[in-house]
Amino acid sequence: MTYLRAVLLVAEKDLKVELRSREQVVTLLFFALLVLVVFNFAFDFTVIDFVTLGPGVLWVAFIFSGVLAISRSFQIEREQDRIQGILLAPIDRSAFYLGKVAATVLFMAAVETILVPVAVVMFNFRFNSQTALVVLAFILNTIGFAAVGTLFAAMTTSTRRAELLLPLLLFPAAVPVALAAVKTTTHLLAGHPFAAYSHWVLMSAAYDVIFLAAAVLLFDEALEE
Amino acid sequence: MSAAGRDTPPAIEARGLSKRYGPLAAIDGIDLTVPVGQWVVVLGHNGAGKSTLLRMLATLLHPTGGNLRLFGAEAGRSDAAPLRRRIGFLSHQTFLYGHLTARENLEFYARLYGLADPEGAALEAIGAARLSHRQDDRVATYSRGMQQRLAIARALLHRPDLILLDEPFTGLDRESSSRLEDRLRQARGTGCTCVMATHDQGQGLRAADRVLGLSDGRLTLDAPSRGLDPSRLDDLLHGSSPAPPPRAS
Repeated sequence: MTYLRAVLLVAEKDLKVELRSREQVVTLLFFALLVLVVFNFAFDFTVIDFVTLGPGVLWVAFIFSGVLAISRSFQIEREQDRIQGILLAPIDRSAFYLGKVAATVLFMAAVETILVPVAVVMFNFRFNSQTALVVLAFILNTIGFAAVGTLFAAMTTSTRRAELLLPLLLFPAAVPVALAAVKTTTHLLAGHPFAAYSHWVLMSAAYDVIFLAAAVLLFDEALEE
Repeated sequence: MSAAGRDTPPAIEARGLSKRYGPLAAIDGIDLTVPVGQWVVVLGHNGAGKSTLLRMLATLLHPTGGNLRLFGAEAGRSDAAPLRRRIGFLSHQTFLYGHLTARENLEFYARLYGLADPEGAALEAIGAARLSHRQDDRVATYSRGMQQRLAIARALLHRPDLILLDEPFTGLDRESSSRLEDRLRQARGTGCTCVMATHDQGQGLRAADRVLGLSDGRLTLDAPSRGLDPSRLDDLLHGSSPAPPPRAS
């Protein structure tokens, strides 16, 4: 079994389980929509420019629903000790990590794909940014968040208070990616030239590379009880 | 024993094997040699270290002390992946995904193990578990006994040389236990090695060639199961009678 096949196999399994249960995406979607609705009531977006608050609102919804996705992803593996079944397989354990990251990115991307048009309508925002750059920025930051979240979820999965520990560890570590995500989205929505926010995009890309590489190297240790 | 048999490295060779969690020694300096083909039962009270020992043998836990060799190969962090291909692990947890069908579950594991024909291997294993009529049903709809039969099929799917069983009879009714014993007898016919941790002394003695007693992470009994009186086993395990001399292996 090649490394890439193992990664794809784990991701495919997660997607198949989700397609059957529909627990994760439905939960994430409703949670994210609720966040948008609450912010819509809290702020008068006919007075406040959406560019000022909108990126923060969107990423609060994405990040919190992302935590739910990552937490649920490992909860499934904890039930019936399924994680042990995978760890017993003769594959590099980091392939399991990358498979989990890939599945989480897809779940988060599905939520983002639905949520952005909803936000455009809900907040009456005229979306005229370069779509390709928006997609790139969202993908880069989603990968970064999923990479660090999956690593910490693996570290905490065998603890009794995994649901408590995960956000405690994850949120401080995710500050750079959250910051880069909000800043990049703000510049994109404002229609600024790429040069004005390229450093934020580079920061997101560097964050992704550093955390993915570190996690691949450390994942076996992270799983040790 | 033939010359080839003498040359065959033991299935398990542990020297001073330890696992500590801070000040707590879950496994405390165990020396153990299990020849290929031997079936061993590990008995002990809750918290004696049976599951920890099995998980270390399965390379799921890394020792904090001592040395572990499986089939002559170092079971270290970097060398464990190829060794895991030779290990089948079954506990009272099934490792199965309830939302997937029996066939999808076993095909997933067959692919993880890199089997040449994952679909064929999954169908054959489901047939051996006598679950062909339910192969396309979600595992969550199975009874506990059926799930455990499928879990056995999963553990034996890749034809492991070393089978590790952690309380495999837990939660099973008499009929399911009897089926599990039948399946294990079949597996034994293939010449594989097995280490089983159980509370059920009767089932343990029936299944094994050798009995190990574990208490507070230490081996307190190592004796052949043949001729061992189950009624005396409690005394031997808890030290009120002198244990038979350790088995030469």
